[in-house]
Amino acid sequence: MSINFGQAMSDVPMVDIDNSGLSEEIHGQWRMALRRFRRDRLAMFGLITFLTILLIATIYTFVNPAGWSELTTSFNQPPSWNHLFGTTGSGLDLFSACLKGAQQDVIIAFVVASISMVLGTIAGGVAGYYKGSIDAVVMRFVDLLLVIPLLAILIVLSRIFAGSGNSWWMIAILIGLLSWTYIARLVRAEFLSLRERTFVEAATALGAGGRRIIFKHLVPNAIGTIIVNTTLTVSGAMLLESTLSFLGLGIVPPQVSLGMLVQEGQDSATTQPWLFAFPAGMLLVLILCVFFIGDGLQNALDPRKSRSRA
Amino acid sequence: MPEPIIEVNDLRVDFPSEDGTVHAIRGVHFDLFPHEVFGIVGESGSGKSVTSLALIGLLAKSATATGSIKLNGEELLGKSEKELTPYRGKTIAMIFQDPMTSLNPVYTIGWQITEAIQAHQSVSKEDAKKEAVRLLEAAGISQAENRMESYPHEFSGGMRQRAVIAIAMANSPQVILADEPTTALDVTVQAQVLDTLKVALRETQASLVLITHDLGVIAGLADRVAVMYAGRIVETGTVEDLFYRTAMPYTHGLLGSIPSVDDTGQERLRQIPGAPPTMVGDVQGCPFAPRCPLRQATCFEVEPELVKVTNSESSAFHTSACHFANDVTLMPAASMFTDTSSADESEKTI
Repeated sequence: MSINFGQAMSDVPMVDIDNSGLSEEIHGQWRMALRRFRRDRLAMFGLITFLTILLIATIYTFVNPAGWSELTTSFNQPPSWNHLFGTTGSGLDLFSACLKGAQQDVIIAFVVASISMVLGTIAGGVAGYYKGSIDAVVMRFVDLLLVIPLLAILIVLSRIFAGSGNSWWMIAILIGLLSWTYIARLVRAEFLSLRERTFVEAATALGAGGRRIIFKHLVPNAIGTIIVNTTLTVSGAMLLESTLSFLGLGIVPPQVSLGMLVQEGQDSATTQPWLFAFPAGMLLVLILCVFFIGDGLQNALDPRKSRSRA
Repeated sequence: MPEPIIEVNDLRVDFPSEDGTVHAIRGVHFDLFPHEVFGIVGESGSGKSVTSLALIGLLAKSATATGSIKLNGEELLGKSEKELTPYRGKTIAMIFQDPMTSLNPVYTIGWQITEAIQAHQSVSKEDAKKEAVRLLEAAGISQAENRMESYPHEFSGGMRQRAVIAIAMANSPQVILADEPTTALDVTVQAQVLDTLKVALRETQASLVLITHDLGVIAGLADRVAVMYAGRIVETGTVEDLFYRTAMPYTHGLLGSIPSVDDTGQERLRQIPGAPPTMVGDVQGCPFAPRCPLRQATCFEVEPELVKVTNSESSAFHTSACHFANDVTLMPAASMFTDTSSADESEKTI
């Protein structure tokens, strides 16, 4: 049997390969990440719980704007249908106070996370992309901030600001200005490896400058790291704010935060446990939810680092 | 003769290393004329990629480059990053070896071409997109309109390299640098990508600096060729000069080491014995001398200059850095590197 390949080849007509249908389903990075996130039960549970608490808090404070500061005539009541979380010694409805505090905490945490994300990305990105002396200066400053105990600075600074009308956004900005270092270090590390990739060289060869490469080419490639660690900053900020409020240095009356409620309830933790348990429990649930969301985002955005599913 | 677009004169590039300064390029001269394809061939480490990176100013910061690279009469060496930006992508575009990594994985192909267009031309987004579709079509991608929304990972290697070529074409550059554009691709795809490259040259009227170690690619595409060895050009000329009137034993070795389909299968693959020299420290004599079958005492003492080959059939461009250039042109190609001795030895060890 002999096959004449040359003959066979020339007989085959030139086929215009039909590629239609291939691009109909576009697997964008985001869509795939969303799908992976939705499959992560713990993360979905965290997200839904978190959003539900926020939704309830928002609706409740919208319908009943003065509820959290209004004093009732029932003092030291344990949880009942009238007062789901009970009341305090001064007659404050703990349910409305907890919802208002949760809302306040989340807002503070988001402000902190936004500041940290922006500062951390810029500082880490510039250090990682330019390397050399710029890197040295930025990272030594980061090291400096990291070695000073955060709580110590916050205590000192919040004392200073306490005089000028202690407001929640002041606390938020303070925490934000001091907690971007973690993101900066991670973004820098990510950039150090990304900047050596050929597409960065290709972008340079196309005439892209430093700023364009950092923000248009490198940041989108490091977005997973940035988002995940911003989420972790949210939970960190909530903890830190509670600590400050617990110490009496964060949110002070007439404003309300969960940390402040925990502090007020701690004395009576054994006699009137609801005063301590509900704000502390709510804080715990919120922080856990954010953690689960962060973990889910980590797995969804960077499946290579995934621990739960290979 | 037309004015050259790029004039490279006595280009030297050094890299610091732990063992001492590495002289990656030791005095390279060449001119690039409009509408020509200039091939640069050589082994790994011969300095061909460093030459292309020097042309577009992408050498590592630790490197020191001296000499002169003139683009349309303007000196490029010594220009800052900022001063080079307007040329990059606009006058000189670059195609990298590995299309798997030279596209940004998080953006669509369309976005990346559009960005390249808008980087140097003030056109509206819609016009840039239309132009991007046209470029993709010109680069041989079917259903270009749909493909605009695809991400690089949805493309095959060949399609990605076509997209990279489309990006290189985006601003109708005068010069395209292609650093081993087909090395990372399937053999079947290589020919298609080379065709795409030809289309790109026709569309943009650009000159091409084609860096490769594939002499087949050179034969198919190049007008003139430079052979690099140990950081210098050791032979240059038209493709015919190099293939038929080879004037440098190293070029002979490269040509001889291509396996032929006509071989019976019994022969060993021909190779050039030895390895290229490390480029640390000064070179004495001809760097190819230790591997050269024609070496004489003088080869180890004096490094030959690149001089015109005076063979009667050679073109005006034909130069060679060999003390015996004219003798070499008279030798048959295959016979130079007879590897009987080394073959015997290796057979014994097996």
